[in-house]
Amino acid sequence: MAERADLMSTVPDPDPLMEKEPVPGFEPLIVTIACHYCSYAAADLAGSMRLQYPPNIRIIRTPCTGKVDVLYILKAFEEGADGVYVAGCEEGGCHFDIGNLYAKQRIYYAKKLIQQVGLEPERVEMFNIAASAGPRFAEVAALMTERVKRLGPSPINIKRI
Amino acid sequence: MIIAEQKPLEEIREMLGDAKKVMVLGCGACVTICFAGGSKEVGILSSQLRIAAKKDGKELEVIEDTIERQCENEFFESVKDKMKEADVVLSIACGVGVQTIAELFPDIIVLPGLNTTSFGRPKEPGVFAEYCGGCGDCILDLTGGICPIARCSKSLLNGPCGGSENGMCEVDPKTIQCAWHLIFEKLEKMGRLDQIEKINPPKDWSNSMSGGVRNIVREDLLEVKLES
Amino acid sequence: MKSNSNLEKVFASGQLAVTGELGPPKGTNIKVIEEKAKHLKGMVDAVNLTDNQTAIVRLSSIASAKILLDIGLEPVMQMVCRDRNRLAMQSDLFGAVALGVRNMLCLSGDHQVFGNHPQAKNVYDIDSVQMINMVKTMRDDGKLLSGDEIDGEFKMFIGAAENPFGDPFASRVPRLAKKIAAGVDFIQTQCIYDMERFKKWMEGARARGLHEKCFIMAGVTPLKSVGMANYMNNKVSGISIPEDIIKRMKGVPKEQQAEEGIKIMVEQIDELRKVEGIKGIHLMAIEWEHRVPELVERAGLLPRPKFD
Ligand code: SF4
Ligand code: SF4
Repeated sequence: MAERADLMSTVPDPDPLMEKEPVPGFEPLIVTIACHYCSYAAADLAGSMRLQYPPNIRIIRTPCTGKVDVLYILKAFEEGADGVYVAGCEEGGCHFDIGNLYAKQRIYYAKKLIQQVGLEPERVEMFNIAASAGPRFAEVAALMTERVKRLGPSPINIKRI
Repeated sequence: MIIAEQKPLEEIREMLGDAKKVMVLGCGACVTICFAGGSKEVGILSSQLRIAAKKDGKELEVIEDTIERQCENEFFESVKDKMKEADVVLSIACGVGVQTIAELFPDIIVLPGLNTTSFGRPKEPGVFAEYCGGCGDCILDLTGGICPIARCSKSLLNGPCGGSENGMCEVDPKTIQCAWHLIFEKLEKMGRLDQIEKINPPKDWSNSMSGGVRNIVREDLLEVKLES
Repeated sequence: MKSNSNLEKVFASGQLAVTGELGPPKGTNIKVIEEKAKHLKGMVDAVNLTDNQTAIVRLSSIASAKILLDIGLEPVMQMVCRDRNRLAMQSDLFGAVALGVRNMLCLSGDHQVFGNHPQAKNVYDIDSVQMINMVKTMRDDGKLLSGDEIDGEFKMFIGAAENPFGDPFASRVPRLAKKIAAGVDFIQTQCIYDMERFKKWMEGARARGLHEKCFIMAGVTPLKSVGMANYMNNKVSGISIPEDIIKRMKGVPKEQQAEEGIKIMVEQIDELRKVEGIKGIHLMAIEWEHRVPELVERAGLLPRPKFD
């Protein structure tokens, strides 16, 4: 099982979610929004290093996480995603200086928005992954998958168990 | 501009009741600037409504649209057919927009998605502050350009009261600046402290809402109708 | 004489005036007033009756003033701008004068968010400075704010509060001047703990001769405990208690804190009455009315003058 991918993320430490058991037989669908300059490059690197990470994630590339709008996140849930996470450069290392910091604020806002409609706020998180951190990319993918497995299917598509 | 904020989602859903087809209609003016009722917010709110309905296993179709201004008749031309198709129109314009729809389309059920709060401006990114109370008798000339009607929690005309501390108002020392502290500093800077000792007389509130509904008629602008 | 009130007479006689304060009950139980009044009788020259203080609904200050008059104590009726517009104020003032009230205090009033009806719509039609001026016009010109003549005599000794500890500090003397220009007869200050700042304020007032244009009464409140001191320091806006006073309170065991608070108060009163321009002491012994006889005795404020 994946360890908590530490350093920078909106995941609390310790993470009470990981104390739960995963919902048996559930394979979540997770949307990963990764920025071109860091996290997407890290994903590439993970691939060329032949690192294993769960097939549950679907990666969308954005020029910068600062481009991420809460609407993208809501749309993902509306279309059936069980979890969404945004992966940007490390704080202080954003190619556009502060795009990832704006993204983080929006992630907290998105948590509120999905909570209002009855989804667990833990379904949305933000991670910071440097371009050189291929292994961390794989780690984060595994961690988020494990977390969402514990949350179970999104309440709007229970049937997918 | 007019400042507004979205009503709690729960309240909106309650208002919508069992409507099967809802049109969320945004406004491209003030409420777009204050991120309460522009096309972006139409998208977010509509998406939330759809997710919530799916979660509850309810049937709901949400149509989205935004027009330039909801307070003027002519902008409804492009959306009026769509509006009529919906069971209800959820307007996320200010209260004026909602009422314009109610007046122009007596057969359409229109619901307010926002709480309209004040006249103000985006003071800094993410901060929308109240600046004017629409008192109908502007006295900014006396107060260094800072409005004590809207920006003093007690609308005092001869402040500051005893609750002013470190520049902040006792009503909420975290978010409300004391208007009279600002006025004092401004007048001091302008070398017009004599002004602060002049007693501002009781205000004539008859120009405000206290005098009844205020409709302005400009004869020169009235529609000219040809006698047939 | 503007009002012929006892308080005015004390000032006129050149003696140090003393006023107390009484919070009316949160209901109709007038025994509360009678009980508190019993302790104040003969101990102070007049008693403030708060008007829905901290925006909490209480027996009205007018009715309380009448009850006090019946007991034989002189009221200082407080009136806030929060709850009444100019119509209600003037009509209530007629009522008060007709019932025999001769002193009043014009206040902005605490904002309703602090009280038990934070959902209320406030009034603030006129502010405290304008109220002072309105009452003065009623008294001196026999006219309402509208200019209409008043039918009958209207006598009133007009007071107001001033907070030397509010910010910006530089606005506090001008504001006093403004209240004087509006027609105030006497001023009661917010409770004083920060002696240095208070003296600075008085210095500013004296520099402009304001101490001779109205009677300034220094506000004092005995601290009952360290808890109360901390509460007032942190929670009540416009009050700051210097570190050394809090230290002094902390320095004694809990059972002796009240006694220490009284000692501090007595010292404060001694110091305040020596300040040039101070014409009276306003003693706000909050929910401590029964201790007032002891407090004024120990502060050397007895006996109170009597006039025929
Ligand atoms: S004085 Fe009146 S009109 Fe002028 S800014 Fe204030 S509320 Fe608005
Ligand atoms: S603290 Fe300032 S803004 Fe607040 S009520 Fe008093 S004068 Fe007005």
